[in-house]
Amino acid sequence: MFYDNEMTLSFRAISSNEAFARVSVAAFALQLDPAVSEITEIKTAVSEAVTNSIIHAYDNGDGIVHIWCGCAGNKLYIEISDNGKGIENIETAMEPLFTTKPEQERSGLGFTIMQSFMNNIEVSSELGRGTKVTMEKSIGE
Amino acid sequence: MSVGFKTLNNCLIVEIDGEIDHHFVDNVKKSIDSQAVQKGYSNIIFDFKNVDFMDSAGIGMIIGRYKFTKKNGGITSVACLSDNLKRIMMVSGLYRIIKIYNTVEEATKAV
Repeated sequence: MFYDNEMTLSFRAISSNEAFARVSVAAFALQLDPAVSEITEIKTAVSEAVTNSIIHAYDNGDGIVHIWCGCAGNKLYIEISDNGKGIENIETAMEPLFTTKPEQERSGLGFTIMQSFMNNIEVSSELGRGTKVTMEKSIGE
Repeated sequence: MSVGFKTLNNCLIVEIDGEIDHHFVDNVKKSIDSQAVQKGYSNIIFDFKNVDFMDSAGIGMIIGRYKFTKKNGGITSVACLSDNLKRIMMVSGLYRIIKIYNTVEEATKAV
């Protein structure tokens, strides 16, 4: 597929980088002239995926989170990946309110919010190898 | 990002300034609980007038305080939400158990 523009970003899996990640993707999305509400939706979805990598994939330990963004026409494509422990059962992980960390007051709504705010989301994962979340959003529709 | 505390009509008012994400929540939830315990308040009202972003970590923070106040016979509510925050409350279904008010004064009067 041909993209009008692309960018990649890699950063340490530490919580202070959550804001950096969502603001960077939002800045990339600006070339599609999104509404303020669309920017907020993109920022929220990115924040959820990056937080999942930090908390679940790397268990707040060492690791790198990778982001790739592309745009074509009015569509924004985002891939957020890690090389963490992977998800055992993706279907279960995506169920609303499901969390493996209730003691940390995790709401279990990360995937629900990503699904609500983006047009399409796909998750692939391999135990011990990592997880990739692919999201797509049409701007201005 | 910062958090401040006020008291009004037997309620602990938690004033948050900034973006609420996992990074922020991990740093503030214990201080909210300790303020409530130290000051002896069983009701917590979040003042979100200076919050323009919140993800599901904020939902977890509010649910955690809801459980905390409920255990102590109090309530947790939220005030001054932007449209973005209202949408997160709706998508999460949190509005079913946490009341939303236009102002902090309205929220304290309802306690």
